[in-house]
Amino acid sequence: MNFDLTEERQMLQDTLRRYLADKYTTQVRNDILDSDTGFSAEIWNELAELGIIGAFFGGEHGGFGGTGFDVAVVFEELGRAGVVEPLMEVLVAGRVLEEAGHSLIEDVIGGGVHLAIAHGEPASRYDTDAVETQFADGKLSGRKAVVINAEAAEHFVVSAQDGETTSLFLVASDAAGVTVQGYPLLAGGRAGEVTFENTPCEALDVAADTLDRAFGFGIVAQCAETLGAMETATALTGEYLMTRQQFGRPIGTFQALQHRMADVLIELEQARSAVINAAGNLENDARTRDMALSAGKNLLGRAGRLVAEEAIQLHGGIAMTQEYELAHIAKRIVMADHRFGDTDFHLERFIELSTA
Amino acid sequence: MDLSYSPQEQAFRSEVKTFLKDDLPPEIADKVRRGVELTKGDMDRWHSILNARGWLAQNWPKSLGGAEWNAVQRHIWEEEAAAANAPRIVPFGLSMLAPVLMKFGSKAQQDHWLPRLLDGSDWWCQGYSEPGAGSDLASLKTRAVRDGDHYVVNGQKTWTTLGQHANMIFCLVRTDPDVKQQEGISFLLIDMDTPGIEVRPIILLDGSHEVNEVWFTDVRVPVENLVGEENKGWTYAKYLLTHERTNIAGVGYSRAGLDNVKRIARSARHNGKPLIQNPHFTARMAQVEIDLSAMATTNLRIISKAAAGEAPGVEASMLKVKGTIIRQEINDLARRAVGPYAMPFASEAVEGANDGVPDPFEAGPVAADYFNNRKLSIFGGSNEIQRGIIAKVKLGGGR
Repeated sequence: MNFDLTEERQMLQDTLRRYLADKYTTQVRNDILDSDTGFSAEIWNELAELGIIGAFFGGEHGGFGGTGFDVAVVFEELGRAGVVEPLMEVLVAGRVLEEAGHSLIEDVIGGGVHLAIAHGEPASRYDTDAVETQFADGKLSGRKAVVINAEAAEHFVVSAQDGETTSLFLVASDAAGVTVQGYPLLAGGRAGEVTFENTPCEALDVAADTLDRAFGFGIVAQCAETLGAMETATALTGEYLMTRQQFGRPIGTFQALQHRMADVLIELEQARSAVINAAGNLENDARTRDMALSAGKNLLGRAGRLVAEEAIQLHGGIAMTQEYELAHIAKRIVMADHRFGDTDFHLERFIELSTA
Repeated sequence: MDLSYSPQEQAFRSEVKTFLKDDLPPEIADKVRRGVELTKGDMDRWHSILNARGWLAQNWPKSLGGAEWNAVQRHIWEEEAAAANAPRIVPFGLSMLAPVLMKFGSKAQQDHWLPRLLDGSDWWCQGYSEPGAGSDLASLKTRAVRDGDHYVVNGQKTWTTLGQHANMIFCLVRTDPDVKQQEGISFLLIDMDTPGIEVRPIILLDGSHEVNEVWFTDVRVPVENLVGEENKGWTYAKYLLTHERTNIAGVGYSRAGLDNVKRIARSARHNGKPLIQNPHFTARMAQVEIDLSAMATTNLRIISKAAAGEAPGVEASMLKVKGTIIRQEINDLARRAVGPYAMPFASEAVEGANDGVPDPFEAGPVAADYFNNRKLSIFGGSNEIQRGIIAKVKLGGGR
């Protein structure tokens, strides 16, 4: 048993944490949130230079990581700082390109290419199998819902029905018949509804379960990001409780609030362990892997909601204001439940797997 | 024991329904339904429609131009108004300040200010909370010093709801700093146009502008704008807070919210079936509905007592806690129901701001509402303060 980070991952974590603590202040982020693009190209490039994207991929394609723990370490720090730059998209879409052995992956690692994963559809909700977009005669037609980073992406990884099976395709964003209707997201960043109409595409030569594996990385990343955000929410709340004076003493000296803070701290450790379980089982057999992923997503959904809501409540009014750090962090935590399947979706998947 | 409404009450309900159907402007109801921010003009228009019917000042006596409804009638109104997507009547002047003026104000103050509330001449906001005085309201520091025929006011108020529309503010100010906190507070009426007042917006986490900071620098207030006696303001403030707690349970809002969740769940699909057939989601809905049905009856039990002339006590605190938990749970269900479409930022914004943001279930800004309504358990005496009151009263070991 050893729950310490390896030396390399520790260095990665330290470097990233220092960089974000210096650079990614509340003011800088609030300016990014108000911007038209929804992210900062400068910060994106600097993160790529730090090797953050390289940590998502294995050595044979120019990366230097590629395991669940590499991804978890990075996303925990991104979550701690409330980073809105679309790194999740290069992770998930990039894992597909990596399995396809696609040459684009080197540019992706260098930060020179933006990607988006166009999978969910207006009626599919969280169901990963419900794909109605059609591939026929070398062309794609259909609509994809809430495609994150759709406007900035130069390439989309798109799922479509190819006869009886669902296959994956690469589409250039400037290809014929691509329409993107963009909009901002509540927790920062932008997305779009993407329509393909007889759009030329490149078939990706990957295994049938490639998307499951890529989404597995996405779930680990999303859980780790949420964990990082929960750590910030907890730290801010603890600090506030011991600073804010009412009735002549710090409100953190009231036992009713102390006990609630204690519950928040307990759930935070539960969340940390759930992330470790999910990241550590990413290379395991599909059933073991998916149980750990669903357990993680379900637990983070529940614990995240508790931590976000309690952090706001224990602060009082100040947490309701947009300019206070916690407002953004709480939104990141709760909105994470709406990606890669929510608390109930993963509860059902866990039930199905554990009773099989 | 009889759970049904009397024939008179049922007749009243149908009168209310008819009025809402005929007189509530559809474009305003539509804004409320879609969660679009109402303009001052919208709110003024609705107030004047209600006033024309004599239903604006619902708890005022008829002699002063009010509807003089009892607690059951007000409850029926609140249920029907929420179901019809009517805007909330802005409460600060009509149902908070007015009772204080009627009980503690001078004849001249009553004659001057009350009619202006009915005809919309004045828009009032509430100057209670300060940055350092939230739950501990009595520690407020905004200072008023007597100078001839005026008080000179310096300090800052915060969380001033709809203060951006107001031309008048009623304020708790400290007139004697040398006595027990509660004994040095006075109740002042202040014209927002007086030099030295600055209103600064506070943008909430969902992007909405509902609340403000109000800053006072050497603001001169005529002494005739003191309500009651100097240094007795805390008594009036507490009296006002009992009126702040009317409709505290929010049963009408919860019913309307739950109906909306069911509507979304009928059209959203989950793993190929309507979401409303999903056992986990329906279990969540059912739990809230069960809690709501009991809370609605608790509410009615308290309302019948109030209609019979008994003052509500600790029960108001209980309703505040349970009512806000239920409303927040319904907001949580709504954001779950729309699935990935909770992520787009549909703000409670001005008309047109959400064009292009997908809303396939016509759910409105459900995720923004979820965050905005975290305020329910914070404002008007946080749920922690309410629990403290409940424990103190029921355990009897209080100060």
